[in-house]
Amino acid sequence: MNNRVLAYIVVAVGIAVFAILAATQGFAVTMGAFFTIGIFSFLYKDNPYYKFSEAVFVGISAGYWFVSLFWQNMVSKLYMGIQAAYNTTFVEHAGWDDRWMMLLGGLLGLFMLLRLFPKIGWLSRWSLAVIVGATAGLYFINYFVSNGIIQLGAIIAPLQSFTEAGKLDWWGTISQALLVAGTLSGVVYFYFSKEHTGAFGGVAKIGIWTLMLTFGASFGYTVMSRMSLLIGRMDYLVGTWLGLIR
Amino acid sequence: MNFWVRLMTIDRRIIFLFVVIAVTIPLFLNISQEIVVSTEVQTGFDAFSALQPGARVLVACDYDPPSSPELQPMAVATFRYCLDHDLKFIIIGLWPQGPQQANAAFETVLGYPISDTITYNGKTLIYGRDWVNLGFQAGNELVIQRMGSSIPAAFPRDYRGTPLEDLPLMQGVQNFNNIDFVMNISAGYPGVYEWVQFGVDRFGVRLVGGTTAVQAPLIYPYYGSGQLLGVLGGLKGAAEFEGLVGVSGKATQFMLSQSFAHVIVILFIIVGNVAYFVGGRKQKKT
Repeated sequence: MNNRVLAYIVVAVGIAVFAILAATQGFAVTMGAFFTIGIFSFLYKDNPYYKFSEAVFVGISAGYWFVSLFWQNMVSKLYMGIQAAYNTTFVEHAGWDDRWMMLLGGLLGLFMLLRLFPKIGWLSRWSLAVIVGATAGLYFINYFVSNGIIQLGAIIAPLQSFTEAGKLDWWGTISQALLVAGTLSGVVYFYFSKEHTGAFGGVAKIGIWTLMLTFGASFGYTVMSRMSLLIGRMDYLVGTWLGLIR
Repeated sequence: MNFWVRLMTIDRRIIFLFVVIAVTIPLFLNISQEIVVSTEVQTGFDAFSALQPGARVLVACDYDPPSSPELQPMAVATFRYCLDHDLKFIIIGLWPQGPQQANAAFETVLGYPISDTITYNGKTLIYGRDWVNLGFQAGNELVIQRMGSSIPAAFPRDYRGTPLEDLPLMQGVQNFNNIDFVMNISAGYPGVYEWVQFGVDRFGVRLVGGTTAVQAPLIYPYYGSGQLLGVLGGLKGAAEFEGLVGVSGKATQFMLSQSFAHVIVILFIIVGNVAYFVGGRKQKKT
């Protein structure tokens, strides 16, 4: 029996199994399982089943986003917004309506699409300039406050920590001391204008250890996150689909 | 080739198989595991439980189905707590599928599909009066910024197209000053970061963030500085939160699988290192 015949048999048996389970467990649930197993099949090796599942996932995701954003932006905001502004200004004769500004947004959005036409593609830079400028302006203050000022304020605090009963909280104190030491040594590590030798080098070494501990914690959390997703899928397969968990 | 050298060249698919077995078998076991509540979850719950009946809670669901094993239990526990304690909740999403995930979580609590009038523990709840779903709004963090000045401007209608002025719960809700508490459950951008930067630090929102475990280490500094009232980090945070709310949901059920999986990973790390030092080094010398 050559490989092609074997592949046909495997596909035929697979389709039969999924068809039986679709009839007994429900079509939608079985489709979910079909694509879950398809994506997992990559763990064995790359194969057409995986490629098909991946293509369907990407296609549906892109379609969902497109439709969702079209109705939310183009219809709900732009079209309905301008319609409301038109009514205010020309039907009710109530003067200027701020929603007319959406025309400007729509026009800038249209400019972005002009990249498809090389002769007038330069107009898309206007849209990009507005986006970059507005985002930079908005984020500059927010980042500076949230990630700079307030975070600095958190380490400029008394090292000693006390319990509600007024006793020294050893763990809190150690924790605060580690926070301050870790932050300062981390900053020293990234100071490159002085050679990392002597006492300065020692502090920088503590800084790199702090960074390594941070990366380790981050890795641990990432493992936990990925395992959670696997648990969720396995629960779906053996519980929701096959109904083996009561 | 000795045992340790063979271990060094083991097919990765065998490791995958071990992990799958470690994750799946506990799903069939009926063993309860003690879940110790961490400070960041406890303080978040304390802030939540300090709310008086009738308080308005904004539940921002910024995630989609791929992250639901970690985050859906948080949403389920949040809605259950709101219903048990007569808190009014307003659902929004900065991710397109967020409000649908919220509805699914709400239905999990109810045990049946949502309708305009529902009954929960003998109480009758009416859509628009006791809860609303304002749906998804495009614009990421700019939506939060807009909500700071005007929630009706950011969300003119609910997810069914009903104008906000026709929803009794939204009467008098102008901006974050009229919201008592925000629970953001997020899987990335936009999510807790943006809520802290644009909601908390700019408009004084009282926020608890539920995140995937991948994001949790990056969120913790905001907790340490007091910008967040609490952090629910990944499945573990969700399980702790479920314990505090008083339910044994999916997160609690999954924690045994999580522990088994971690044991397997730790064992493989140990075995891999032993194999390297015992077998790998020898192979290098030869």
